[in-house]
Amino acid sequence: MSSVRVLVGTRKGAFVLTSDGKREKWDVSGPHFAGWEMYHVKGSPADPNRLYASQTSGWFGQIIQRSSDGGKTWETPGGEKVPGPGEMPSGASNKFVYDTTAETGKPLTTHQWYDGTQHPWEFKRVWHLEPSLTDPDTVYAGVEDAAIFRSTDGAHSWHELAGLRGHGTGPKWQPGAGGMGLHTILLDPKNPDRIYIAISSAGAFRTDDGGTTWKPINQGLKSQYIPDATAEVGHCVHRIALHPSRPDVLFMQKHWDVMRSDNAGDLWHEVSGNLPTDFGFVVDVHAHEPETIYVVPIKSDSEHFPLEGKLRVYRSRTGGNEWEPLTKGLPQRDCYVNVLRDAMAVDQLDSCGVYFGTTGGQVYVSPDAGDNWAPIVHDLPAVLSVEVQTLQ
Amino acid sequence: MIRIVLPQHLRTLARVEGEVTVNVDGAVTQRSVLDALEARYPVLCGTMRDHVTQKRRPFIRFFACAEDLSHESPDAPLPDPVAKGAEPFLVIGAIAGG
Repeated sequence: MSSVRVLVGTRKGAFVLTSDGKREKWDVSGPHFAGWEMYHVKGSPADPNRLYASQTSGWFGQIIQRSSDGGKTWETPGGEKVPGPGEMPSGASNKFVYDTTAETGKPLTTHQWYDGTQHPWEFKRVWHLEPSLTDPDTVYAGVEDAAIFRSTDGAHSWHELAGLRGHGTGPKWQPGAGGMGLHTILLDPKNPDRIYIAISSAGAFRTDDGGTTWKPINQGLKSQYIPDATAEVGHCVHRIALHPSRPDVLFMQKHWDVMRSDNAGDLWHEVSGNLPTDFGFVVDVHAHEPETIYVVPIKSDSEHFPLEGKLRVYRSRTGGNEWEPLTKGLPQRDCYVNVLRDAMAVDQLDSCGVYFGTTGGQVYVSPDAGDNWAPIVHDLPAVLSVEVQTLQ
Repeated sequence: MIRIVLPQHLRTLARVEGEVTVNVDGAVTQRSVLDALEARYPVLCGTMRDHVTQKRRPFIRFFACAEDLSHESPDAPLPDPVAKGAEPFLVIGAIAGG
């Protein structure tokens, strides 16, 4: 019988939640890496026992953890204890160094700061890890300050795909209040050379040659909070999602506005429709219905909590514009949590499960595509990310 | 033999308990001690000093013999009691809390 494994990153550690296909009874494992900020934990589609985790700290910086047994044990690739004197370390899995070589890195030294001046690019943390669809040892990392790195040796070593920062608009990128993070990495399952990424607050970008060259894909976005509402870059994209069967169709939750593109991001149009507010962070797509999408509306950019204290997921079965609130099992009074951009996921079971975590430490599951919800856990630290693995 | 006291999170990361010890050839300085520590426990690379600049991370400080050595040159000799193993070299994280 199938089962699911939910990987939860929180402000104070990681948790692994497991259940059978009914998704009623859950085992909770953790905290793993207690006390550390776990920005993201994700499993390899090519080998579900291979997990990668981003472990960060304002004190001690970035650590990359890897598991080869589904999260039972963890290792820091290349960071193992050296057996004896004179033996050099084999690598440093937490070493993310921007490419400043003349050939590929120039002139990637500064970006725009909040006050409009130029500011040095400084590595802070890994926001998102995206394992390859086909190779367990290949994984991409989206980092703050915004850049994309790739490892092809199981996270031992990392190399920047510098064409992203170097394509031309990099010096115009500016951080949002939460930092200038590259938070979304979508690998096209039909075209291995195509990758989509998104940056707060620079916008969305695409490569069609495996990461060598990139271009902005922000046409159609309108952001009233920037000087030029339709600028090529500067849009605060919060999250993008796609369905694997139709990777040219993208859904975006922007700072404000829910957007859709039917041509791989070349042009976007708004599908906020009847949403009570179109601010939010997450967006995801049903595992088996490419036109069924989910968002969690948040009141506004200054009030990061649900409208009226009611936690409601909104579902569209028409690819946007027509939305219905999903409330059964979710708190409908006095709820003032947020749902962060990486904190929603879907499983692959026949009755698609939908999951999300809150800054209040709850992780909710709906085993029936959003009709009914139940908390898996109530009282974790603030949830930063939720991923789900469907296991056979 | 140089004795080093790490903050709890770094002890967990390096999978050690209590003090750790390293041997240093030549002058005993912040740099040579931290180099030896990172060579012995590579997982600590980047956690106390920046990978590229080798500057001390902002929320980390170094103490020994009741002295704050955080702002000393990384190549300045550490106090004799540290070099002789009589006193530990302390790696301290900034206090967190309300």
